[in-house]
Amino acid sequence: MLVDIQNLRIAFENRSSRFEAVRGISLSLGAEKLGIVGESGSGKSLTARALMKLLPSNAAITADRLSFNGIDVLSASEKQMRQIRGKRAGFILQDPKYSLNPVMNIGRQVAEAWRAHKGGSKRQALEAAIHLLDQVKIRNPRDVAAAYPHEVSGGMGQRVMIAMMLAPDPELLIADEPTSALDATVQAEILRLIEELVSERNMGLILISHDLPLVSHFCDRVAVMYSGRVMEELKASDLLNARHPYTKGLLNCMPSLTHPRDRLPVLNRDASWLTA
Amino acid sequence: MIDVENLRIKFGDREVVKGVSFSVRKGDSFGIVGESGSGKSTILRAMAGLNESWEGRIAFGGEAAALKRPSGFFRRVQMVFQDPYGSLHPRQTIDRILSELPLVHRMDNIDKRIVQALSDVALPQAARFRFPHQLSGGQRQRVAIARALIADPQVLLLDEPTSALDVSVQAEILNLLSDLREARNLTYILVSHNLAVIAHLCGQVGVMLNGEMVEQLSAQDLRAGKTSHAHTTELRMLSVGLEEPA
Repeated sequence: MLVDIQNLRIAFENRSSRFEAVRGISLSLGAEKLGIVGESGSGKSLTARALMKLLPSNAAITADRLSFNGIDVLSASEKQMRQIRGKRAGFILQDPKYSLNPVMNIGRQVAEAWRAHKGGSKRQALEAAIHLLDQVKIRNPRDVAAAYPHEVSGGMGQRVMIAMMLAPDPELLIADEPTSALDATVQAEILRLIEELVSERNMGLILISHDLPLVSHFCDRVAVMYSGRVMEELKASDLLNARHPYTKGLLNCMPSLTHPRDRLPVLNRDASWLTA
Repeated sequence: MIDVENLRIKFGDREVVKGVSFSVRKGDSFGIVGESGSGKSTILRAMAGLNESWEGRIAFGGEAAALKRPSGFFRRVQMVFQDPYGSLHPRQTIDRILSELPLVHRMDNIDKRIVQALSDVALPQAARFRFPHQLSGGQRQRVAIARALIADPQVLLLDEPTSALDVSVQAEILNLLSDLREARNLTYILVSHNLAVIAHLCGQVGVMLNGEMVEQLSAQDLRAGKTSHAHTTELRMLSVGLEEPA
């Protein structure tokens, strides 16, 4: 099992109050594609960050089990975590504009990621970087390698991020809303690229998004989160047979091109979802 | 109600809107779709008077708008922005935010207007003395809509009003916008990259590509797939393909 999470809880504390943002989540993942879907504040990003131990210092994490490929994340040292972060698990964030270094050209950034994990000379690293850019289907990898992040489009920037994450041959890719800053046409391309690379290299994928139908196209399984808990976990192909009223509500309240409606049904949040 | 004729907008030497024309009848809604950089928001900003260098003709109610708008213009035409986190002053209470426009226009009964505006957008009166950070994203977008409505405008210019919101909140805001349109006979121009949102709210749709409006069609034709330009067809296929669960 690549990722094994049992009864994960994340709470934020200050002197006067305590707020539990993730309340007992259990998920497991092999070399497969898992989608985590929920509204803002449902705890989906926190769950993924907890796995990399990338939480703010006032967050208290407890779990019966939180392991990445056999390594217990909760008791792992910072040194061990550095072996996981970036190397064995890659993290792709929403907006490449903020994730890339604006004053370093793209080739050097990708080469730096490659060299940090694999060593070798600068020249070797640059050749490897160009090869990686080619793998994420950038048509003219040499030109792009010489460009700076502000000179490329958002979709291209996200490809560069993916190339960097692939450098150390990770076993798991975590993509947190990788396409919500991109146009619809580019969005589909990037998700297809991620899906292809993950299947080719037999990696695991955690795809975090608020768009339930979209995620179902690119994942094997989907976990639907609400208020820090998993409401329902189901096969992506079974989405239309979702049982939980929250999942149904989320699917139902989206406007549709093919099924016009005068009014959109509004999600009625049931208080029992918080405890059930 | 709204006529835009041969609108051209340049930034420096680069023309980003290349002769766009469309018209909207009173009480109707017109949607503009396109990818980032296609010029859709630029059109809206010129219509709102936020950009004073454009060529062509923009007319509201048969009256051509000047490059520099007189203050009375903003009582008739108001704009709602994409990001409710960025468009509300973080250190002003909702009360202060909503009083700004009536004060500028020396309107009477400000207190009553604010009470009415809050109830129009279904916000509790208790929200009046809160700060924006104490409200949720959906509530903030309601405040932004209330601020636009307080002058009792005839036209609302909506720039991606729901794309920063969760789908469940998006449904509430879209319902609110259709209720308000009906109750006040408002005319909307809606800019969005989401075809389903546009088709839900608008009867007529214009498709932007590289600064040109390459196609105008009715929402019905868009839904039915009766598209003529390749870009419209592509956008529609993507939207249809991804909106249904796998």
